[in-house]
Amino acid sequence: MAFFLETLIGGLMAGMLYSLVALGFVLIFKASGVFNFAQGAMVLFAALAMARFSEWIPGWLGVANPVIANILAFIIAAAIMFAVAWLIERLVLRHLVNQEGATLLMATLGIAYFMEGLGQTIFGSDIYKIDVGMPKDPVMMLESVFEGGLLINKEDFYAALIAAALVAALALFFQKTGTGRALRAVADDHQAAQSIGIPLNRIWVIVWCVAGAVALVAGIIWGSKLGVQFSLATVALRALPVVILGGLTSVPGAIVGGLIIGVGEKLSEVYLGPLVGGGIEIWFAYMLALVFLLFRPQGLFGEKIIDRV
Amino acid sequence: MAREIGDIILDLKSVSLSFGGVKALTDISFDVREHEVRAIIGPNGAGKSSMLNVINGVYRPQEGEIVLRGEHFAKMNPYKAACAGIARTFQNIALFKGMSVLDNIMTGRNLKMKANILQQAFRLGAAEREELEHRAKVEEIIDFLEIQHIRKTPVGRLPYGLQKRVDLGRALAMEPQILLLDEPMAGMNVEEKQDMSRFILDVNDQLGTTIVLIEHDMGVVMDISDRVVVLDYGKKIGDGTPDEVRANPEVISAYLGASH
Repeated sequence: MAFFLETLIGGLMAGMLYSLVALGFVLIFKASGVFNFAQGAMVLFAALAMARFSEWIPGWLGVANPVIANILAFIIAAAIMFAVAWLIERLVLRHLVNQEGATLLMATLGIAYFMEGLGQTIFGSDIYKIDVGMPKDPVMMLESVFEGGLLINKEDFYAALIAAALVAALALFFQKTGTGRALRAVADDHQAAQSIGIPLNRIWVIVWCVAGAVALVAGIIWGSKLGVQFSLATVALRALPVVILGGLTSVPGAIVGGLIIGVGEKLSEVYLGPLVGGGIEIWFAYMLALVFLLFRPQGLFGEKIIDRV
Repeated sequence: MAREIGDIILDLKSVSLSFGGVKALTDISFDVREHEVRAIIGPNGAGKSSMLNVINGVYRPQEGEIVLRGEHFAKMNPYKAACAGIARTFQNIALFKGMSVLDNIMTGRNLKMKANILQQAFRLGAAEREELEHRAKVEEIIDFLEIQHIRKTPVGRLPYGLQKRVDLGRALAMEPQILLLDEPMAGMNVEEKQDMSRFILDVNDQLGTTIVLIEHDMGVVMDISDRVVVLDYGKKIGDGTPDEVRANPEVISAYLGASH
């Protein structure tokens, strides 16, 4: 029982991080109808900026305190991500208003490669580390309830907490504020939104900024776990099945989808893995996504699209 | 309150619009006076919707200009038009389907919201107060359009006639000076048409909003309009009061009498 719970909790915590990356996809897709292939590149770019600046700043300013260096690096990385968001809107999206979805997808694919290249040109292409003081040691919990207690990875636990807080804050922002309403309006119908005076360009800058901030947080968490390296860009691809599962247009869907995939991966690895020789974790999510595409293509929470014939 | 037709508020000068080789509008000029109900009619494909889209800035005409309250706009766009007090409804309803009726109409207040994104995010006093003010205004509109009972319903679930009404409500929430209505009664039954005519006239009468509308139903147009422009194949073939237009032989052959 304790082992099952450990696996389950481990899955939930990993799932929360998938949700965070998936949220980046959903935000941009909702607001601009763009499937942002560059989300992974943004995670990498943000993590690189964070890692390198936290390394450089002590040398530049002579502050030895790692906390201050991290905070400064975070602020600079956030500013960079906002600048990136603004530039993407200004240089690319603005010129593609009302174009086909495929055109926009190709544009983000281009942005992805460009950012991956640019990031490594500016910040270098080695493996860097981000150390924001996440505790690495596991902790025992509920020892009185279970024999031997539950072994929980503290780092995962805090990461999941941060991700959950961010997700909740964003969901509230979307539902409860005027800007959130304008964002949802743009998500539904560009033309109508423009006709009532919602500035499309500003809304796009806002969502890309938010997606940039989400990428930064995801980049820091994943980066501090795995090290900052090129493979971070593919972390986003692991969030792809999450988005399919949850529905491309649903914020709650991104959260629930992430949790399901996280838990599914871990449980299947532990319980089904031995039967087929292991390695399920890597493809389980994609398999699940395929099944969903066959039977419920709009995802768990997505809007069912019915076209009038 | 008696409604008085004022000066020219919107003046279209020699507007021509083409898509590639297809001429949608050719050298069209007409004006709209303050507080009047101005209709644009014509057979299918005459360029009525294109005309509305030019005023609203969705299409940019290759030639001609739009003069709004004495200000010249060679290049209009929907955002500028909205800021200048032009609201519109859509022929194929373009509401925000996932959102409630209330939220849909609230989006119409967007331009009037001054609180910045940070104030909104942290629910600071200014943003909270503002939200309440706008909410009150929106409730007025909901009362006016008699849609209290569906305030919280997602608009995607509403029947067509009610969606049209919400579309009008969202435009009214902008408190526009000029309201463009693209076939406000298309696809409605007689009762719904009567309701809609009444709302249009009430808006015009009580709020003094200038109205430019496109409509197929000739009976309705002649009843509620002060002046009518007639288009055919992208050209203007008539302009005047409903009676004048009815008597215009070119209009009769193009639209009213002749079979087409």
